[in-house]
Amino acid sequence: MSDLLFYTFAFLTLACAALVVVSKNTVNAAMFLLLSLVGVAGLFVLLDAALLAFVLLLVYAGAVVALFLFIIMLLDTTPGTFKAFTPLTVAASALGAALLVTGVLSLYHRAEFPAAAAPAAAPTLKAYAQQLFTTYLLPVQVVGFMLLTAMLGVIVLSKKFAVKEDAP
Amino acid sequence: MITPALAVIGLNTYLHVAALLFALGFFGVLLRKNTLVIYMGLELMLIASTLALVAFSKFNGTLDGNVFVFFILTIAAAEVAVGLAIIVALFRKRHTVQVEDLNHLKH
Repeated sequence: MSDLLFYTFAFLTLACAALVVVSKNTVNAAMFLLLSLVGVAGLFVLLDAALLAFVLLLVYAGAVVALFLFIIMLLDTTPGTFKAFTPLTVAASALGAALLVTGVLSLYHRAEFPAAAAPAAAPTLKAYAQQLFTTYLLPVQVVGFMLLTAMLGVIVLSKKFAVKEDAP
Repeated sequence: MITPALAVIGLNTYLHVAALLFALGFFGVLLRKNTLVIYMGLELMLIASTLALVAFSKFNGTLDGNVFVFFILTIAAAEVAVGLAIIVALFRKRHTVQVEDLNHLKH
């Protein structure tokens, strides 16, 4: 049962990721990205990280993909502007991706991994909280500050400043 | 239906899925000319790395990988906001999101 779920979610993830790459319409690409993320969230649940699956869906489906769709609508990139890929681009990109996969897989086959899952209990919310507020307290603060900085950066980037006329 | 080599779903299987997902994102970044789709490819690569981290975390019996994914998701949210703001600013200036038209640093 778990195997079947794994293959379903893995197939959903990879197929939708492929469709993100090849779909001509940007809105369709964003929707396939959403489906791919749902697949990854399913894989997270199979890996005993249900909390992370929720966070992934909340942050990505709730914020990131919605933001993507909003920007796509805002910029109004009409679907007709899609240009066909040249065979050279496709071949070069496929070669690059294939080389990447080969390199990573050769790394996997040389490494020694733990064979079976360690008999650890599924992490609870309490365990996460304990880690976040003891070992990782400083990173939490830094990340919070970084979010503030990002927010300020976005405001500066999107605000229209009046151009000052320099007297000649 | 399922070959015996693939029958046991272990760390290796998850890592293969993560590697393929990363490669698909990379392929998209190289192939596409629309900035927004390139950005989606970047997101796919980021998600693939979190998948690998969660798999490592589970199969080593520690929580550190999961906590790390927390931070990655936070950074990803900030990154998307800033990146899309940059794309909007760029569109406002140049009226295009196709990378082949954004070649003014060349000349």
